[in-house]
Formats: sequence, C-alpha cells, structure tokens
Amino acid sequence: MSATLFAKLWSAHRIASADEKSDFLYIDRIFLHERMGPVALQSLREKGRAIRNPTQVFATIDHIVDTRPGRPNGTRTLGGEKFIDALRESVEQTGIHLYDLDDTRQGIVHLVAAEQGIAHPGLTLVCPDSHTSTLGALGALAWGVGSSDAEHVLSTRVLKVRKPDSMRVSFDGRTAEGVTAKDVVLYMIGSFGASGGKGYAVEFAGEAVQGMGMPERFTLCNMAVEFAAFCGLVSVDETTLDYVGQNRPFTPSEVDFGHWSTDSEAVFDREETLSVRNLTPMVTWGTSPEHALGIQEVIPAVADCRNTSLAQRAMDYMAVRPKQAMQDLRIDAAFLVSCTNTRLEDLRKAAHLLKGRRVNKNIQAVCVPGSTQTRLQAEEEGLDQIFRSAGFEWHEAGCGMCFYAGGDTLAAGSRAISSSNRNFEGRQGPGVRTHLASPLTVAASAVTGRITDPREFL
Amino acid sequence: MRPFTVVSGVALPFYQANVDTDAIIPSRAIREVSKQGLGRFLFANLRYLPGDEIVHPDFVLNRPEYAEACILIGGSNFGCGSSREHAVWALADYGFRAIIAPGFGAIFFRNCINNGLLPAQVTEAQAQELAEGARKEPIKYQLTVNLKTQEIALPSKKVIPFSIDADAQQQLLRGADPIDMTLETVGEDILAFEQKDRKNRPWLHSNPE
Repeated sequence: MSATLFAKLWSAHRIASADEKSDFLYIDRIFLHERMGPVALQSLREKGRAIRNPTQVFATIDHIVDTRPGRPNGTRTLGGEKFIDALRESVEQTGIHLYDLDDTRQGIVHLVAAEQGIAHPGLTLVCPDSHTSTLGALGALAWGVGSSDAEHVLSTRVLKVRKPDSMRVSFDGRTAEGVTAKDVVLYMIGSFGASGGKGYAVEFAGEAVQGMGMPERFTLCNMAVEFAAFCGLVSVDETTLDYVGQNRPFTPSEVDFGHWSTDSEAVFDREETLSVRNLTPMVTWGTSPEHALGIQEVIPAVADCRNTSLAQRAMDYMAVRPKQAMQDLRIDAAFLVSCTNTRLEDLRKAAHLLKGRRVNKNIQAVCVPGSTQTRLQAEEEGLDQIFRSAGFEWHEAGCGMCFYAGGDTLAAGSRAISSSNRNFEGRQGPGVRTHLASPLTVAASAVTGRITDPREFL
Repeated sequence: MRPFTVVSGVALPFYQANVDTDAIIPSRAIREVSKQGLGRFLFANLRYLPGDEIVHPDFVLNRPEYAEACILIGGSNFGCGSSREHAVWALADYGFRAIIAPGFGAIFFRNCINNGLLPAQVTEAQAQELAEGARKEPIKYQLTVNLKTQEIALPSKKVIPFSIDADAQQQLLRGADPIDMTLETVGEDILAFEQKDRKNRPWLHSNPE
C-alpha cells in the first residue's frame, strides 16, 4: 500500500479515535520557551499533575530575551524577567532539559531542535509556537500548539488532533541565482493566498525542493503556517539523512530513517504545481504574506487583489499606492532575524553580498543569528566581521525584532525590510511597516537604503 | 471550565479577513505569567491611541452601543498567526463567549475549545449578513447561540446553522477538564502504546526497557 509521508506519521502515532474527524496522537517530544512554557508548567503544578516522560521535554529562552551584545538588560520586554525567571523556576527538579542563556545550545526553539537532533524523521513534536512547522522539513510531524495543549501533552503525552487533508505543492525547475526558498514560499503564498493551505498537511516537493539543502527546506516549512497549513513536510532523502547523521545528540545514530518519505504511488487529497524556473526575488508590499510580488514589479491595483477591503487597508497602513515600483521604496531598517532565515547558510549568503560594501548611512541594520551555535560558527568563519564592517549590528541569539515585545522599536511610520515571517500591522512595533524578503534582499536593500533586487550585486 | 450551552447578547461586528493574534493581543501587552487580566489589552493596537492610555473613540469595541457585546462576528481565517493563547484569554476575560466566523486559525481554534470560548463556523455570506445586522442596529441586534442545536437565532427569528466538530462540541458542552477527559477515555491506550514503544523506540522514553 502506497502512503504519503503524512499518512505514515499519522498512523504511527495514532492511539485512538476521538470522533469521526479527530484522533488521539502520541506526542514524542515537546519544546517550551519562556513566553508560553511557564504558564503551562505552573498550571500543571497547581493541579498537582506530574510531567510524563520529562526527559523528552526541552526548554530554552528565545522569545523576549535581549539580543544586544552581552544582553545588558536580560530582557527589554516590560515584565519580561518574570517570564525568564518563571521558566527557570518551573523546570527546576523536573528533569526537563533547559538551555539557558549561558548555554551554547541556546537559541530559537526551532533552530535548536534541529541542531541538537531533538527533532528527527518520524517524530511527532509540538511546541507552543506557531512556527514549529519548521521542523517538518526533517520528515517529522511538527506543529504549533497553545498553552493548554502544551499542558495537555506534558501531562498525558497525547493530543486530540483533527486530521488534516494532505496536499502536495511541487515546485518545478531550479531557481535562478539570487532566488531562494524564501522567494519560493512567498511566491506560493502570493499565488494561493494566506489561507491557501487551510486544513492541509502540506508536503513540499519537486525539483526545486530536491535541490535545496536543509536550511532552505526549514524556511519553506517555517512559512507553511503563514499559508494556514496545519504543518509543512518534506520527504526524507539523502540531504535529510546527511543532516540527521551529523552527530546530533538526541538522534540515535544507529536508526534508519530512510522510509519516512512519500511512496511514489501515494495519492494526495490535493496537488498543486508551481514553476519556479523564472522566479525573481520576492518581497511583500502589504500586511499579509499573501501581499507578495516580484521585486521588479509594481504594486497592484486594489481591484486586482484577492481581498479588496484588506488590500486597501494594507495600502493605507503601508503608505504605498498602486503602480508604485517596489524598488522605489526607501527603508529605515534592515533586519536579518527570525526562525525563518537566520541559519548559518542564510548568514553566509548575506555576508557574501555585504563583503566590501557599506550599509546606507540612513538605516539601522541588525543581524540576530537564530542560535548561539549559529552565532559561534559564523564568528569562527569571520562572518561577524563582515557584518560589522558593513555597518550591521551583530547580536546574540534570539527571536529579536521579528515581533515587538517592548523595549526599543522603530518610530511609527518607519519602514523595515525583514527576513522574518510576518508583516502584520504592528508586528514589529506600533505603526511600523514591514516588508518580508530573503536574507539576500535584506542585505542588498541595507546597502542601497531602498528595496533592492540582490541580483544587482551578485 | 464553564460549560457552554446557550449564550444571548449583543454582537460586535469585526468582519475582516485574517485578523491575527498579534492584533487580538500584541506581545508587549503580555506582562504577567498568568492567564488572567488580559481583557484590557484586547485589540490594544487598535483600541488605544499610542501609549495604551487614551481610548480610540472610533474603534468599534469602544463604541458604547457595543459595551455589552459577548459575541464577535469575525472574517475568514480569524485568529491566524502566533499560537499565543493569550489571544483567547484576552477575548474571554473581556467577556466574549462566542466567535462567529467563516474560518479560524487552527491553533486559535484549539485554544478556544480549551477555554470554553465557542468558535462557530458559518459561511462567508452568513458572516457578512450577521456583521451587517450588528453594524446597523447594534442594540436591537441580539443573537442567541445554541451549541446543542448548532444554531444562531437572529432578532428576525431567522435561524442560521453553524458547524463545529462533534468532539469539540462535547468538550464545550460539558465544560470538563480536557486532561481528565483524555485520561478517562484513552488512559489505557496510552499505557499500551508506551509499553510497546519503549521496545521499538527506547530513546524516546524516560524509562526505556
């Protein structure tokens, strides 16, 4: 019987049926962070409930930690220290693995989970963070949950889950130089809308995905949630096995994970194909990731947008107008941040472009490596020197600037280009306007001070 | 958890697509390790002028005719984005008991069920009709949401059906603790799975065989 990767993962973890649409699934591992973990842990303690299987529970501090060098304030979020302290206190003597700020394994949950082998093919993993979908790139069933469901998993190891349908998006062709996974996924969301994957477990496939390394596949799956998908997935292949086999402490080396892939005859509930052969770098103009367009293009007429009232509102918020060229937009800041695009390869690409160049004097440019391990590796390669010489601030690992949690921000009305995942109103601060793009485009735009096609520099 | 059976009251029209959880409650408003007291920051970016001190008079939630609203009429993909359960805690703390929309963010939907807030799914046209009614005559436009019959009664006596998964419906109707419910129904199945799994995948258990 041929089966999709998704069907294999589902049936391997299915414990019982809940109703005709939902099953109880066994959850292998759970990752917590300071923003959502403490409430769940405290609530369990108040009710006198034990943590089942605590050695499979992991925690780190990423969401609201200060990322400035030396982390002078610990956190700049109002009340933030309560969350950090509460996490430390609530994991004490529980057996939960905690990667605190002085630990080289600290970083954004989804990067750490991959680096340490906490996520590996064939697993179910949840975390109270929507971008947990990132880890589906390893052939694992990984998705974000709320605090109550995290509590539920800590206590019972299972979760009642409505079974999504399966969908495969195949990307035909290889992308051109300067075009990355971020551009591919923005193109997909732009094509099908921000609700395009709603109700689906979405597997990414096709020639373009086969040619991508793990970092790019993580980027694809990371953005699956911006497509409203339940999760993102990529079938295991040699690229996955190479990554998994690189001495990952929480992945057993003797286990063969090769079968965690979609069989050739397997049937999906929905299939879509997009050609990426002629794709250019992409950038968003509005306040939804679906407001994506080629960087050489002009902003569409409101009437040509998927949702006209939303589009008009977005144009007002973003202070852009139809027919305006994206590359005419001047920016105030360039952020190389977030679980979407701050892996070592992302930093290498940006550094390659920045080498010997200077950031435009009018803008603030910041690079926040996604994990401490990434930061240390980048420093070993001298990338930090390239960023610093170019005029980028070089930060410590964390979620930094992907969302505004308090502390410094840009002034209302400022325009930022960001390698992150959400361009929602107010996401990076009240009134701040966010344009999503790849790390290459962020770097190119930092140099010129306006939204810029990185291919000009390659 | 408070069971949900029938709720009647004023409906707040907030019919926009893709209302995300950052809009429902911005991260900077989450200042305590607690599920309580978040209602005052509901829609903070829209509800207050910069600084969170001065109420924005034009924002729908601040208009006196909607002061008693306990039902929210939303657009498609309501509650998309961040998994922060604070969005649901803020809605519930403010006094909302039900959200009626053409669709919900998947994580947000689960968070609603876990907190006794009803996510009632209707069609796009129905949501539009409800929002329009709530916008035109706010006070007179009282809705009655009945979870058992899965129906919304309009002031005109018209009835609109809504859908919700059977299991989610049961959980809301009972108002029972979800962890207790799970252990009650599948406690034995979990033990059986773990016993077998400890042999097959020992590295995933605290006490491998």
